[in-house]
Amino acid sequence: MANTDTADTAEPTRRDFLYIATGGVAAVGAALTVWPFIDQMNPDAAALALAQVEVDVSALEPGMSLTVKWRGKPVFVRNRTEKEIDESKAVPVSSLPDPVARNANLPASAEATDANRAADGREAWLIQIGICTHLGCVPLGQQGAYGGWFCPCHGSVYDTAGRIRQGPAPQNLHIPVYSFISESKLRIG
Amino acid sequence: MEGHSTYQPTNGAAKWLERRLPVIGLVHSSFVAYPTPRNLNYWWTFGAILSFVLVAQIITGIVLAMHYVPAGSMAFNSVEAIMRDVNFGWLLRYLHANGASLFFFAVYIHMFRGMYYGSYKEPREVLWILGVLILLLMIAAAFMGYVLPWGQMSFWAATVITNLFSAIPLVGTAITEWLWGGFSVDSATLNRFYALHYLLPFMIAGVVVLHVWALHVTGQNNPLGIDIKSKKDTVAFTPYATIKDMFATVVFLILLAWMVFYLPNYAGHPDNYIPADPLKTPAHIVPEWYFLPFYAILRAIPNKLAGVIALFSAIAVLFVLPWLDTSRVRSARFRPIYRQFFWIFVIVCIGLGYLGSQPAEGGYVIASRILTAYYFIHFLIILPVIGLIERPKPLPNSISESVLQGSGGGATATTTGSEG
Ligand code: HEM
Ligand code: FES
Repeated sequence: MANTDTADTAEPTRRDFLYIATGGVAAVGAALTVWPFIDQMNPDAAALALAQVEVDVSALEPGMSLTVKWRGKPVFVRNRTEKEIDESKAVPVSSLPDPVARNANLPASAEATDANRAADGREAWLIQIGICTHLGCVPLGQQGAYGGWFCPCHGSVYDTAGRIRQGPAPQNLHIPVYSFISESKLRIG
Repeated sequence: MEGHSTYQPTNGAAKWLERRLPVIGLVHSSFVAYPTPRNLNYWWTFGAILSFVLVAQIITGIVLAMHYVPAGSMAFNSVEAIMRDVNFGWLLRYLHANGASLFFFAVYIHMFRGMYYGSYKEPREVLWILGVLILLLMIAAAFMGYVLPWGQMSFWAATVITNLFSAIPLVGTAITEWLWGGFSVDSATLNRFYALHYLLPFMIAGVVVLHVWALHVTGQNNPLGIDIKSKKDTVAFTPYATIKDMFATVVFLILLAWMVFYLPNYAGHPDNYIPADPLKTPAHIVPEWYFLPFYAILRAIPNKLAGVIALFSAIAVLFVLPWLDTSRVRSARFRPIYRQFFWIFVIVCIGLGYLGSQPAEGGYVIASRILTAYYFIHFLIILPVIGLIERPKPLPNSISESVLQGSGGGATATTTGSEG
């Protein structure tokens, strides 16, 4: 490559290379400098510290629910009735708008069957994050056409397994990581 | 249009300054000697009203900020303290809250004015785009301001609106959590919204400067939509426009005072006097009235991502309006077909506002869908097509000729030859 005066030729010169290299380094430097200003807005260490909550659920008879606050969000804990379980089981998964379980305790591909939505080995227990998957309102329990949850904000309807059946919400209610640490104690997170 | 300044400093200090920074001359040429079309009507006073309200919002906002505490645990109580304990706190807060409402009222009139008289057309496209940018910044400022009192409506408005971003495929959740600074709307969210709520009005002021600059390069449009042809078509900004603008601003202030003193909570929602509760959504959440048409568009569409896209498109389409309207005649006075569609469009926007305030069920949803479709059809089909098929009425030769004939324009101003 000639390093003589090449103003008229299209041939790239050593100077062109230096320009581009300098510009490239400056761009990388600028991006690195901007990053802290963007990242500071992400959840901080205190918010990330994986909060766990433990709840005593022994007082919940079938047909009763309670709401626990976990990471700033409501978690619905429900001891379902026989009727609710049967209704849920009767629905073929293929007919659901969102066919996957959305259960953080199972692989992402798990189907939205009643068994995959309910607690492992305790089919009456349904533990889910009480946040509508549309735009984040808290749905009302035991309401709506399917006797599950109804979101007053834009009318999403969930069934007795918390699966979306009607309305603008795209997904089933999410199920958080949880475990029963004893017969009566539930740990969320 | 802007002539070079005719300002001649007379006293020594002004001469000294003018040679170093010709700022007095700039103000003189922009707001004193500046030629305005002589046929402007009262719809042209809303620019001045808006400038006034922006300044008023900044002043009331800065004094509220001296008492407000942007922390989840204290925000609600600090606003209550402003209402009950701070001297004249109730007045300052009601001025700020109702000022925001009337700000939107004025900006919507200002925009419909632009649409009726074709003020967005060549050569004022950049002026119009800067205006839409101001609208976007105003929406952001008002939304974040509404979150600050940290009542139930504040909290759930923040939740629903930030969740719009979760509709973005793949990165939606990450973006939403980045906006929140947590896993839900919380104190961290409130704190950053406060910082931005403080910043945005000053950004608006910056864009307003560009907006007025662009205005003074192209000159004002006028009810006839024809260009200024001679000095006879204009009058000096001061005193003519200055006094008229001041009069209109005072009338507007009467409206503001009436709201502040007699209906201070009319535009608000009672649920916002209940402290934010992240575990319970109010049964019927609605945004402030000025967002209702957009809210109706969001809810009209049964798919989350598509609804969010429609919402943003409703504003985005305004940016390209100058290129969608194919007619070269600006003013609707000379466009018999467009004039009718303009009023239909106004009614559709009001209708969407009404539907946004109603629950999302049954007939309301169907009506929202029809009006949402119409909103986009107006811009994307009706406007381009009318421009091609409509036969405009003959334009008057000049503003002065039309004014001197006493009709102020319209069909009577025909081609009676030009003496001027
Ligand atoms: C573009 C101009 C502005 C608009 C449209 C606007 C809008 C709003 C709105 C809608 C509220 C909620 C009112 C309520 O329901 O109580 C609010 C609150 C507030 N704004 Fe602004 N604002 C503007 C400028 C400012 C500025 C410049 C500041 C401070 C520097 C400020 C400080 C505050 C504070 C401290 C509150 C909370 C107190 C309260 O709720 O009344 N604002 N703003
Ligand atoms: S947030 Fe539940 S339907 Fe929109």
